[in-house]
Amino acid sequence: MNPFEYQRPLDISTTLQAFSSGARFLAGGTNLIDLMKNGVEKPPKLIDINRVALAEIQPLPGGGVRLGALARNADTANHPLVREHYPLLSRAILAGASPQIRNMATNGGNLLQRTRCPYFMYTEFPACNKRVPGSGCAAIGGSNRMHAILGASEACVAVHPSDMCVALAALDATVLVRGVNGERSIPFADFHRLPGETPQVDTNLKEGELIVAIDLPPSPYSAHSHYLKIRDRASYDFALVSVAAALEIEGGRIRGARIALGGVAHKPWRAESAERALAGKQASRPVVEAAAAEAVHGAKPLSQNAFKIPLARRAIVRALNIAGGIA
Amino acid sequence: MSTSRTISIGDPLARVDGVAKVTGSAQYAAEFRIAGVTHASLVLSTVPSGRIASIDRNGADHLPGVIAVITPENAIRLAGPERRLTILQDDQVFYQNQPVAVVVAETLEQAQFAASCVTVRYESAPAKLDFKAGFASAHPSKHNDEPGDQSWGDVEAGLARASAKVDQIYTTPIQHHNPMEPHATIARWDGEKLTLHDATQHISGVKEKLAGIFGISKEDVSVDCPFTGGAFGCKGQVWSHVVIAALAAKQVGRPVKLVMERPQMFGPIGARPRTHQRVTLGVDSEGKLTAIRHEVHTNTSLIEDYLESAAFPTRVMYACPNISTTSRVVNLNLGTPTYMRAPGIATGTYAIEVAMDEMACALNMDPLQFRLLNYAEFDPHSGKPFTEKNLRECYKQGAERFGWSRRNPKPGSMREGRQLIGLGMATETYPGKNLPASALVSVQPNGRVLVASGTQEIGTGSYTIMTEIAASVLGIAPSLVDARLGDTSLPEAPISAGSMSTASVGPAVQAAAEQVRGKLRELAGINMTPGGDSFSELVRKNGGRPIEATAKTEPQIKSIDVPCHSFGAIFAEVAVDEDFGTTRVRRIVAVYDVGRIVNRRTANSQFIGGIVWGISLALHEVTDIDWRYGRITNPDLASYLVPVNADIPSIDAAALDIPDYKLDSVGARGIGEIGITGTGAAVANAIFHATGKRVRDLPITPDKLVSV
Repeated sequence: MNPFEYQRPLDISTTLQAFSSGARFLAGGTNLIDLMKNGVEKPPKLIDINRVALAEIQPLPGGGVRLGALARNADTANHPLVREHYPLLSRAILAGASPQIRNMATNGGNLLQRTRCPYFMYTEFPACNKRVPGSGCAAIGGSNRMHAILGASEACVAVHPSDMCVALAALDATVLVRGVNGERSIPFADFHRLPGETPQVDTNLKEGELIVAIDLPPSPYSAHSHYLKIRDRASYDFALVSVAAALEIEGGRIRGARIALGGVAHKPWRAESAERALAGKQASRPVVEAAAAEAVHGAKPLSQNAFKIPLARRAIVRALNIAGGIA
Repeated sequence: MSTSRTISIGDPLARVDGVAKVTGSAQYAAEFRIAGVTHASLVLSTVPSGRIASIDRNGADHLPGVIAVITPENAIRLAGPERRLTILQDDQVFYQNQPVAVVVAETLEQAQFAASCVTVRYESAPAKLDFKAGFASAHPSKHNDEPGDQSWGDVEAGLARASAKVDQIYTTPIQHHNPMEPHATIARWDGEKLTLHDATQHISGVKEKLAGIFGISKEDVSVDCPFTGGAFGCKGQVWSHVVIAALAAKQVGRPVKLVMERPQMFGPIGARPRTHQRVTLGVDSEGKLTAIRHEVHTNTSLIEDYLESAAFPTRVMYACPNISTTSRVVNLNLGTPTYMRAPGIATGTYAIEVAMDEMACALNMDPLQFRLLNYAEFDPHSGKPFTEKNLRECYKQGAERFGWSRRNPKPGSMREGRQLIGLGMATETYPGKNLPASALVSVQPNGRVLVASGTQEIGTGSYTIMTEIAASVLGIAPSLVDARLGDTSLPEAPISAGSMSTASVGPAVQAAAEQVRGKLRELAGINMTPGGDSFSELVRKNGGRPIEATAKTEPQIKSIDVPCHSFGAIFAEVAVDEDFGTTRVRRIVAVYDVGRIVNRRTANSQFIGGIVWGISLALHEVTDIDWRYGRITNPDLASYLVPVNADIPSIDAAALDIPDYKLDSVGARGIGEIGITGTGAAVANAIFHATGKRVRDLPITPDKLVSV
């Protein structure tokens, strides 16, 4: 770990002013500190924001809920408002990491998790465009069983590791960010990026901007949702494939559907074409299967992860069936 | 159970060191506070093969707190370096993560930062990393002193007359031990005398090895290790970091502490090598084995031959007149592999026991019935009787406890919704062996009893077993006994490995305690009442001198002459999701014939621990290597998967508890490793029964079942 400057401001404006180029905000530290130990992150300055008052979870006028950026993942998953109105989010958070990590990790930090691609995490590997732009992608010809099947580029095939974000993508959340020039909100779908030519940039957050909250709109899906995570062991493991499925059903007819996938792309992957394939249809197994096939349409496997395509399709079917109570 | 009552061998005495361990007062190697200690951080290689062209220190020497940057250029030269160790004596690089420099600083953080500043440039050489391409030039080897090849009868003829055959290849990956406690050494020199606090399975081995390497007398090396935080084989040998810690301490003239970081645990301290096992079985029309051929290829490094003895269990498991077992090792540019819990036997029983299942299926015969039909009453090679063998009883009790008779033999026939249910079984085995050992039992003036031996506590319960044996012989409460170990000033004991400790140290403790009991009786006359006041009274009668005896015991049999093996039967139930290929083990029942059980509680922990690791072998554990670089991609516990609690079901492990007094006077054959043997096969066979899919490459992960 490199020597660094450390500051612990007490409010947002001091926090924003403390920022200088290359600095990192420190919240739960469950990912950043590991990356610093590995020498992937070498920030000259850490700005510890744990004393800034951003941990509240509160109802929004009009029926939504605001999740403070510094609310811990565990507290968020177990909050009555979240459990009642967004069981999908609660389940997704609890499917991630371990209890110890969820007790430390924050909502803002969860969005900013970096990929678990080994070529990114371990500097001894010679090539990673995300870690050293222009150095190449070692995963394409190497260990890529855990990597992307959708939305990848020649420059990067890494996946986003979060479970929480998959649910947030399905729930049409909005990310509230604050910079020295004021506050703005970013629709969740626009928050994370696909790798393209610049995989070193994970999100559309500008340098020095701080996530202050995540807003959830009122959800018509609380009665019919399911988060399904498929992994190599039963707990404390990243997804091979995960599915956040949410249905609004009226008299057996699907009014609206939300499907997002984890473990398949550089960002939480909204399967909008599959959602369209469901909208207005009578809920049935063939309809669900057709939607699932639509979701993985155009998926491109790497040398070791072709299994993810049928796995994702089957996981979508299962998740939708459970969410919709379809036999 | 209470420690204040007298005790008999077998009683489930709670670990006498349990409170110390869970409260943190048990001191592990890195936790000793040594005045003036400095901290070392290793620089490890980032190429698999070649030589160090240059080292740019980038001013690391002058960073705050840095005492020395030691590289092959300036490291002191050692009197007796060994080729198997990479200890900064030359510029050669044989594997990724090989130590190539060490930084010593006042604090750990200073050492780590300085180490990260050192840039090493390499002149790379072509690396040997293609395992299968190496088969052509693979060579025979030995495991300990046992030959890798052993054959009898005429396998070709046996296969020629077989009415059914199975001929398959089974593969298992490289794995790393990852004990909770990483390797750690504190080295301190007082003139020519070296003191080490070392996390090890073998204090006297460390002592001897370090004396040789530094060219000093054995008497000038002392090794202290009261607790080892798990080892599983990787702390059995002396690895490079131990020597480097001592070298650095000598070079800087101060004590040096070197603790391996978790990612550094992948490479320089051993691993289970990968295996490629071709198993060929032939049976006659009745289902009796006519031939078994087990051909093993496994990897080793370029600097040492280690043979994973995967073919060995096939030599003892089934009655068959024609058996051929061969072993070939392939030299690769990887860190040297080593013993890992049930070395050879864990991987070998996987292959032979899946092949047996395949044959039972081919014959449309119950897998248990097929094994009973081929039951080895005598050692298949020598024809001699085993010291003890009660495997038939293990099969019977295991099948009853498990409900094996309720199994529908047809694969894929049992389901609950989308879950395919499968039941599988396998035979387990592990050699019974022991080594010379010595122990001291001493009644102290305060009436307490000291039992001491230079053995190790690696998590298995050595303190407890020594206490239990001494207390039971002397007829006193275990609370009156103080056990000491892990110190080279104590009577010498062997390595804690090979499931040998209880069968080695146990008899020595028993013999010493019996001698002390004789002395006590002599002093007391016939009216000896055990323990406490009467013991201190007897010491007074003895002129205030402790009443003590040191016993040294030797093995009663030569394993080469007398077949001595433990056996067991394991049954597994799995549920496999038919869409996702995810496997959950739902139930395990295992029954063991392992000789006498000295402590039912610690024994059960050993069985369960072995079984859990067997589940890991079957479903989870793999060191993933990018073969382009020979570098491990998952050197952390988030991506190197071992089972978590949620992966582990109810485990019912039982032992027959039939003593084997031919091996040793305690009657115990050792229990540390048999639990992992057979387990991989039982789970794999259950997966086949559930799905009808036979995956012959471990671990059986969802991708392999989805894509089959």
